Parts: sequence; C-alpha cells; structure tokens
Amino acid sequence: MTDIHKTIEAVWKIESTRLIAGIARVTRDIGIAEELAQDALIAALERWPDEGIPDKPAAWLMTAAKRRALDGLRRGKMLELKHGEIARELEFQQQRLADAMDHALDQVIDDDVLRLIFTACHPVLPVEGRVALTLRLACGLTTAEIARAFLVPEKTLGQRIFRAKKTLAEAHVPFETPRGDELRQRVESVLSVVYLIFNEGYTATSGDEWMRAELCNEALRLGRMLAQLLQDEPEIHALLALMELQASRTAARRGLSGEAVLLPDQDRSLWDHTQIERGVAALHRAQQLGGGAHSYALQAAISACHARANTAADTDWERIVLLYDALLQVRPSPIVALNRAVAVGMAPGPEYGPAAGLHALDALAAEPALTNYHLFPSVRGDLLLKLGRYAEAREEFQRAIAMTENRREHELLSKKLLQAKYL
Amino acid sequence: MRFMMIVIPRGYETAAPNTVPDAQSVARMMEYNKSLQKAGVLLALDGLLPPSTGARVTYTDGKPTVTDGPFVEAKEVIGGYWIIQVHSREEAIEWARRAPMSNHEIIEVRQIFEMADFPADAQKAAEGFDDLKNATASKS
Repeated sequence: MTDIHKTIEAVWKIESTRLIAGIARVTRDIGIAEELAQDALIAALERWPDEGIPDKPAAWLMTAAKRRALDGLRRGKMLELKHGEIARELEFQQQRLADAMDHALDQVIDDDVLRLIFTACHPVLPVEGRVALTLRLACGLTTAEIARAFLVPEKTLGQRIFRAKKTLAEAHVPFETPRGDELRQRVESVLSVVYLIFNEGYTATSGDEWMRAELCNEALRLGRMLAQLLQDEPEIHALLALMELQASRTAARRGLSGEAVLLPDQDRSLWDHTQIERGVAALHRAQQLGGGAHSYALQAAISACHARANTAADTDWERIVLLYDALLQVRPSPIVALNRAVAVGMAPGPEYGPAAGLHALDALAAEPALTNYHLFPSVRGDLLLKLGRYAEAREEFQRAIAMTENRREHELLSKKLLQAKYL
Repeated sequence: MRFMMIVIPRGYETAAPNTVPDAQSVARMMEYNKSLQKAGVLLALDGLLPPSTGARVTYTDGKPTVTDGPFVEAKEVIGGYWIIQVHSREEAIEWARRAPMSNHEIIEVRQIFEMADFPADAQKAAEGFDDLKNATASKS
C-alpha cells in the first residue's frame, strides 16, 4: 500500500522548505536554491526506488544538492577563467562552497525558513507571483498542484514562478529577515499572501474541491509555522485565529446537495470544536501581545462570538456590533458597514433591532461599492420582512435576484421571495 | 487529513506507577515536538502515566468488570500520542519515522475519522457527538 513515489513526495513535503532555505543561505538566491533542491529531488527519484529511503533523507538531499552546486561552479568557472590559475582558484572556491553547504546541512536555522518566506512574499513581486512562490517554496507544492488549485494551465503557472524568481534576482532582493519598522510592513505582506491562499480555498465556488481544501490546510500550516517562527507578532496569531475559526465551519457550509448554507442556518454540531478551541487560543495570544485592536484580531473576535454561540439566536450580537465599530475604525469598508447593519438588526436592546438595522443600512445606500452588490437589497429585504413590510421586502428580493448570477444565491433569494409572498 | 501517531513504549506495560522518563529522552522528544510544531503540522499531543496507575473496564455479557493496572496480560500499551494534520498517509508515516524512539518501541499511525468520511446514516446517528465535544471544550 505504501508506494515509494508517494513516500518520496512525502519526504519532499517535509524536507523541501528547510532544504531550499538552507541552500539559499549559501547561494543567497532562492531561484538557484530551488533549482539545486529540485536536482536533488530528481536524484532521489532515480536512486531511492532501488536503494530505499536513506536513514537521514534531509542530509542525503543536501549532499546531492551540494554535488550539483559544485558541478555548476566547475562548469561556470571553466567558461569564465580560460587560462592561468584556474585550478587553484577553482579548488579554493569549491572548498569554500562545499564547507558552506556542509554547514548549512548541519543546521538549517529557523531564520533561514523565515528569510525564505519573506523573500517569496517580497513586495517587488506581483501578488500572484508571491502566492505561487510561497506555495512552491514554503509549502512544497508542485507546479501542477498549484495550477490545479488556481484553475490555470500548468504552463502559465510555471511561467509565473519563473518570472517571479527572475524578478527577485534582477532586483537583487537580499535573502534576509527585515528588521525594525520594515519588519511590520513585510509581515503584513506575508500575512496577506497567507490569507489570500486561505480565501482562495475557502470562498472559491469553482474548481477542484479536494485541492481547494488543501489550500486552506496549506494556509493554516503556514500560519502555524509563522506563529512559531515569529512568536511575538500579534497579527500572525490573530490571522491564525481567524483562519482556524473560519475553517472550523467547513463541514457545515454545504448542504447535502452541495448548496451553500449561511451561518445562521448551519448545523452547529458539524462545526469542528477542537479547531474552534485552537482559534480561540490563538486569538487570546494575539490579545495578550497587545494586538487585539488590529484588523485580523477583530475579525477573529467576531468569528469567535459566532463560534461560542450554541444557536444563532444565542449569539452575542451586541458585542459583534461593537467589534464591527472597532473594525470600521481600523479598516473602514462599506462591506464591513453592511455586516455591522446586519448585526444591529439582530441585536436585542432598545437601540438595536430591525428598525435600527434598516436605518444603519440606508445610511450606506450611496456607497458606490454597494450599488450593484446583491447583498445590499438582500439584507434590506430581510430587515423589511422582520418589520412586516412585506411588499417592500419582495421588491428588494427581486432586485437582489436580478443582481446575482450565482445559481446558489439565486435559489436562496427565490426561497426568501416566496416566503415574503405568503406573509 | 488528520492522523494519530500512537506511541507504544517498550516495557511500559509493567512500569512502576512513579516511572518518569529520563531528562535526556525528554529533551530529544521536545526537540522532535518542536520540529512538528515548526512544520505547522502539530495539532495536539499528550503523554500518559503508566498503565499501573490506570484501570480497565471490561464488558462481558453487558456487565462491566473493573481491573486495576498493571495489566499482566497486555503486551503493548499506549504511552502517548500526537495528532498531526498532513497531506497524505505517507507524510504521516515519514513523520513517525523521524520520532526519537528507543529499541523495539513502536509508533502506530492511524488516520482520524472525519465526519465527511462517515456514510449519511452514521452522520445522522452521530449528530450529538460534536455537541458533546463542544460542552467539554467550553468547560476547559
């Protein structure tokens, strides 16, 4: 049942990040490092099926990469130095390279892995290049897997990675961990890449189901890695919390026929409660580190409010309204304001309820971002329905239906329209 | 995919109640745990006290009988576990191969059932299960 190629794939998945990071410490170029690591993988694919998996696969791969690096050096130097002191110079350089690789092999330090991630997510690259490089270098995914996940031809994805590596080399991006003020900005860039990978898996409605789940898992894995490597960065723990809490609802988000099930209607017994626990723990960590008021932490806190409630009705909507208020302060957005209006409509208490929700929503009517957004009339319809203004609710649902092309949204809205008709 | 790596330590079936691992093996284990954590695959882990401090409840014809540890007839007992989230069965096995175990010790690698793996009728029957876990989680 255990097939050698799958085992080699698994070894690669475990070792490749540290291998590439260790080589890059010597070559200072992640493109070259990755090529050397790939050569080592090819050597493993050639030899391990006959020789078996070595006791120390990481050391084996590093030695194979070293051999390739020395070959490369020899060839390059031969072209460069045609006369004179070739032999002595070459010997010296070979020795230096070999020593450096041996040292890298002895201990790949965590900083190397961090440098690798920071470099792959460097702002000099277009976002799609950052995503592809990160999945390839930090997650050990193959070009084919990444292409499958993003529904692009493998060739396109290969070119994207090639161009990204070229850009890094041409821009002379140093292989290092940023310090001081720059660190914060660069962490942000890394986190946005991680969250993008997560959302690609979590929200996309087309493409390969299995591969999308893998994207969520890869993003979580990266989040956990980063939380270990940069333990004092609150935003990392906050993003990890947000992802764990969102992913905990995966099993409840689709009905038996694959239809989308919205949060209030989800079967909460399908939520993954150990994952919720991990999310809440990560959120606490972010808050302890003083990052509770940042965007990811506030979003995670909102998600945690839902996670804590045993039923939709039990949800602490008042707290959610306050968290949305805080989120609007740090990241003003019409979509966040729309969500806040929903929460106002749900919350008990004299200053809340459907009428207050409608009032908050109507204040957003002029937002250009919401004019063609089907959720605006859809939410408005829900609130009007609760207020007993059925004819107006019907109009809103009809408007919403006209705005969406998504089949599942259509079904959902048609159901609501039908409901409004019989009231 | 989630897997449980179950540790079956040699001689643990007869270990005295106050048996504790020596500092050196604890240090090696910590290093391994760190490597799982840094790879982002570790979800949970625990070590168990020797079976001599435990008990077995055996059911015969619907009637439970309690036997205090140690369990003389047991050849293999559990010493602890890790739960990891990985890409494949092979990756779980590769992680198990990297654990710092002593001579003749065993790690059993087992995949954890996820709700989606159950047939529909079993999912229905198991409906209250996660609520149970929820109740336990909220207490802790």
